[in-house]
This record gives sequence, C-alpha cells and structure tokens, in this order.
Amino acid sequence: MDQDYIKQRLIEKFGEAVTGFESPYGMLTFEAPKEMNLKVLQFLYDDEHLKFRFLTDLCAVHYPDNKGRELAIVYLLHNLVDNVRIRFKVFSPINEAGAPYTADIYTATKLFEAANWLERETFDFFGINFVGHPNLKRIMNVEEMDYYPMLKQYPLEDQSRVDKDDEMFGRGGSVI
Amino acid sequence: MSELQHIKDPHIVLPDGSIEKTTTTLNLGPTHPATHGVFQNILEVDGERIVSSEQTVGYIHRAFEKIAERRPLYQITPLTDRLNYCSSPINNMGWHMTVEKLLGITLPKRVDYLRIIIMELARISDHLICNSIVGVDSGAFTGFLYVMQYRELIYEIYEEVCGSRLTTNIGRIGGFERNFNDIAFAKLEKFLAEYPAVLKEFENLFNRNRIFMERLIGAGPIGADRALNYGFTGPNLRAAGVDYDVRVQTPYSSYEDFEFEVPVGSTGDCYDRFLVRNQEMWQSLRIIEQAYAKVKEFKGKDAEVYHADVPEYYLPKKEDVYTKMEALIWHFKIVMGETEIPKGEVYHSVEGGNGELGFYLISDGGRTPYRLHFRRPCFIYYQAYSELTSGGMLSDAVITMSSLNLIAGEMDA
Repeated sequence: MDQDYIKQRLIEKFGEAVTGFESPYGMLTFEAPKEMNLKVLQFLYDDEHLKFRFLTDLCAVHYPDNKGRELAIVYLLHNLVDNVRIRFKVFSPINEAGAPYTADIYTATKLFEAANWLERETFDFFGINFVGHPNLKRIMNVEEMDYYPMLKQYPLEDQSRVDKDDEMFGRGGSVI
Repeated sequence: MSELQHIKDPHIVLPDGSIEKTTTTLNLGPTHPATHGVFQNILEVDGERIVSSEQTVGYIHRAFEKIAERRPLYQITPLTDRLNYCSSPINNMGWHMTVEKLLGITLPKRVDYLRIIIMELARISDHLICNSIVGVDSGAFTGFLYVMQYRELIYEIYEEVCGSRLTTNIGRIGGFERNFNDIAFAKLEKFLAEYPAVLKEFENLFNRNRIFMERLIGAGPIGADRALNYGFTGPNLRAAGVDYDVRVQTPYSSYEDFEFEVPVGSTGDCYDRFLVRNQEMWQSLRIIEQAYAKVKEFKGKDAEVYHADVPEYYLPKKEDVYTKMEALIWHFKIVMGETEIPKGEVYHSVEGGNGELGFYLISDGGRTPYRLHFRRPCFIYYQAYSELTSGGMLSDAVITMSSLNLIAGEMDA
C-alpha cells in the first residue's frame, strides 16, 4: 500500500476537504477541517484496505503567528498489518484570551481508548476542549492551574535573570 | 449502619451517601512501598475485590517538552535519560537517531553495532528489574537479589563507555563520545559468558514454581483487541499475542542485519508478560553476541571508527579544540547552542524497554526544537490499568502494576 493509494482513497471519499498532502521524511501527512476529524478517523479505521486502527500518538502544536490556524492537533496513525504510518492534522483558530478553552475538537475516545489520556494531556497543556470526552480534566498539572502552559505566550524563565535569590535554591551565596 | 445514622455530632461532616455505601474507598499510593514509584490509585473495594479504580498521575511531571523548546539539541539528551530511567541508553539513542534522521546523517556500521550492544544491554537490565520486581511482589525476594549483580555489571559497562550509570547521557549526535575501551569489551565478554547461566537459574526459580504460577496466571489479563485499542506496545502487547516490534517492523540502527525472534504470549496476563520478558532477554543476548562478533570483524583503522563525520553537531576532540581553528569554532558553536537546525518535521521511534518510544520533533529552522513530543509507552498503556484490575483482588492489582513495568519518570515526562 503506497502513499498515492492512500491519498487517492481519501480524495475519493472526501474530495476537496482533505488537503495539504506531503510526506516529510517519508511519512504521509495531510489535513482536514476540524469538524471532520472524526469522519476522517472513522473512515481510516473502517476502510477494509486502509485499516489505520492503531493510534500511536496524539498531540497539539501552537503556532501563534498562523492567524486563523493557531492550533494544530496531530494524530499519528498506524496500520499494523501493512506497517504504514500516516500523520493527520486538523487546524483550529484559537479562542480569545480569557475564554475557558482555546478550541473545541471532537474527541476520538469512542474510536481509540488510547486517546483518553492523550486528549487529557493535550487539554492540560493547550486548553483544547475535546467535545464528548468522558473525563476531561487536567492530568499532569494541578487542577487549580488557570492557564495552559505549553502555549507559546508562556516562555520559559530567562536563564540570565539576576533578581532571583539563588541562596534559596542551594546555589550562590556565601560558603561557610 | 442504622446505629451510625443516629450520630448527630455537628463536628462530623460526612460526604453524602458515605454511610449507605457498601464499598470502601482505599488510597493505594501516592507513596506506597508496593507501587515502586509515585502512583496514586483511588480504589473502590468490596472486601478485597476491586470494584473500580481511578489513577492520578503527574506527581513527578518535570515539563520536559516545554524545557526542550529552549534547549539546543545536545542538551535534550539528559532530559531523555529521565524518562524510563531503567533503560536510559535506549532513550538517549532514540533521541540521537531522531536528530540524525532530521539532519540526514548516516552512521558507519560499526557505530550502529556498538549502539545495538548498548541498547540490548539496556533492554536486559530493564526487563531484569521488571521481572525480578514481579518476583518480589509475589514474595520471592531471592531472584531479585541474585540477578542484581548482573545489572551492576551492565552498569559498569555503561560506566566504561560514558562515565555514568543510571542517567547515562550516553553517545552523542553522530555516534559515541569515545571509542569503547578494552575494559568495556572485557566486561562485555564476562557478561556474555556468565549471564546465560544466571538467567537460566532465574527461570528455574520462577517459571514452573507452583506458588508463582498460581499468583500470576490470570492476574491482570487483556485481550489483543483491547490491548491494541489501548495503544499497548512492547512486551505488554506481545504478551497479548500481537507480534509488533519496532525493531522488526521499522528497523533502525541496522537491526535488519541481525537474526532474532519476537516472542509472543497469548493471554496477556502477568504470567505471559513475565515469560515474554524473560524470552526477550534471551533474544537480546543473541543480538549482543552477533553484534559483538560483527564489531570484532573491524580491524585496523576501521576499528577506530566510533562516530560519523558531522562537525556541525559532533563535539570535536579536546586536543583539536586547543590546536585547530576549525575545531575551536565548532566547539564554541555547539556548546553555546548556536547551530541552526534545518526546518522539518520528523517522527522516529525505537523499541524501548516498555514499548514504542517515539520522538515527534518539529523544527522551524531555529536553534532549538519548535515542538518536541515524547510518545511514552507507559503513559499510554497505564490507562488500561483500571480495566485490568477491576473485578480482581487487591493483591493482583499490585502484581499487575509491577508486571506492566510502569516507570513514573516515563509516564510523567
């Protein structure tokens, strides 16, 4: 099963909706509108030739300069029978600051149990609301946290700052 | 129950329904000696039988993905050490290979083989810990103490190669930091000579042990379809009967040059997981033997090769830095993290101790990754823990946890 075949099947089924076909480092990558994420995943899962039935990974990427397409949700799927991997992306605009969620995407938990915690993790770090998720709450960070730390507007601490009292961290200060 | 309802003390405020409830809520963890790490399981138990459970993870979350966005590539290797710290060399190599894939570096065969030796040693030490801990949790301490000296020997080999033992930071982008010395090879030979007998004895101690079998068979089982749906990989998936192994399906680091088998189980319970891991140790030994034989075939100048020629990313020798202008420039650029990474998007996975360990790296052409995501097998398959243990006994839940080889460091990244 080569990449042209997968591409052709997808275009047959979804027409203009699936776009952006490329294969960086040999992995077929494409995107679809965010409302169609479940339809595409279901088709890839059910189709008797494609059989992408293993969800390897799910994560999000934040592109603040990409107006109208700030958030990408990346699904990495694997057909274990023919050993083919594909990467499927949906892009979403980001909600204005202060909104409880940054974006709304349908959950893939009904299709893949593996998506459960992966989506919780993505929610935790990027604030994406997975509509229909059975238990969408923070997984790595504390529940009281009121921001989504992997968004690019939260930079890491500047390593060269000098206003911090290093003695509290066992560095610097006088040695007795 | 009816007597309790007469308590009218205003200072005692019980949650609604807690008196009528017939099950007990039990906290297993966050720090419980039987969990071997920081895991919290909130169990609903009816007597000793688990009705349902909920897991809390993230106690040792260290934000590696965020930190990695500010680090040059070579500084990310120590972060990967701290994922599955029972087999950190595999994580290190996986990271190096991801970067090499992004940069399009091909390695000399000898480096590939040396890497395979180290990775398979790491797999042995990982499985060794897991299996002997399964023994400890079922009351057999002997195996654990007995095999520890061979894990120590493996750690001594790491020490000869890279200088450290647990969090190894072994190898560099493009190869190894130095060639293997004679002591390393001597220790490897000692390991290859002595370990088979020890592993055999370890198996004699457990495999057909009546008590051990009765404790493990049927504990925490999972079928192949559920395991796949849950995203299981590695020994836990193979114990359920699916022969998926990244080393075979998508060979990396010249694994295609070696002959080995992929052991599979059938029931996916603790006993099958134990057997699969044991069998994988034999296969790892086979691979190491073949790889060592291949390494020995390199003679003269070829036997001096331990890295690829990539001056932009591979730190030059210290004596060259002091005497040669070019080496000095590269040294400075690498150490200060001033090398630009080519733009690209790459996913690379290796067969880690627990399954498919993947690195999803996006570079926008800057000096640090734009986004780095770790596919941590532990994190993904721990979701199934609730399903594996519900309906079983409390003591089975403890064994299931150790036989899944859950490593908190990998789970929480």
